[in-house]
Amino acid sequence: METGAGVTIAFWIIAVVLIASALAVVFVRNVFRAAIALIVAFLAVAGIYVTLRADFLAAVQILIYVGAVAVLLIFAIVLTRDVPQGNPANQLRLSAFILSGLFLAVLIVAVLSTNWQISNEPALENTTGAIATALFDKNTGFILPFEVASVMLLAAIIGAIVLVREK
Amino acid sequence: MHIGLNHFLVLAAVLFCIGLYGALSRRNAIVILMCIEIMLNAVNITLVAFSRFVTPALVTGHIFAIFVITVAAAEAVVGLAIIISIFRTRDTVDVERIDMMKW
Repeated sequence: METGAGVTIAFWIIAVVLIASALAVVFVRNVFRAAIALIVAFLAVAGIYVTLRADFLAAVQILIYVGAVAVLLIFAIVLTRDVPQGNPANQLRLSAFILSGLFLAVLIVAVLSTNWQISNEPALENTTGAIATALFDKNTGFILPFEVASVMLLAAIIGAIVLVREK
Repeated sequence: MHIGLNHFLVLAAVLFCIGLYGALSRRNAIVILMCIEIMLNAVNITLVAFSRFVTPALVTGHIFAIFVITVAAAEAVVGLAIIISIFRTRDTVDVERIDMMKW
């Protein structure tokens, strides 16, 4: 496992950017700026995938999340604009803070105290071929989830069109 | 410092809890959807980190993450369609004011 100095520096910078932009999504008052912060967060997650040697997944993340989901969110923000209200907090904020703080503590304790069986093999150089084989292999491929995902996307498209069409 | 599995898992845990706090404590429905997307991204980081450190030869974590991205995109589409549809009748996306089915 060859995590050199470059990966270390990249990980810390990207991690700080990611946490900062996630906090900005939650706390910034202007919803449009929260969407921009979300785009920065998606790009930072793509950077994390690169430090994890997941090249195909980093490209998919940028294409789909930044290229489609974030654009869709900005469209929806433009169509439902409420500038004076913005992004306020509701009544449950203290309980939500306590709950997520407790959950974070439980997660960190569970992660740090488990003995993960870390393997010594090097990471794959090019994951695209391996992903293609794992998805489409005749005997062991995930072909059925792939087809079901296509049907689900079709259902989502039809559902969204039906929901927003003019009566 | 050697970046190991624990670093990525703790990063994903912090990200998930930030998204969880945002989804529970915000009033704007679109911001709630954005925080749900943050949570799904945190889960994806966890999946890919496990795939890279525990079984580097298999890409099962990557495939799981691809399906999570697919489902998250479809859910964002339908959720935003619902929010826009609600905005057309109620003229608000404040979830504290959309609390009655019919009035």
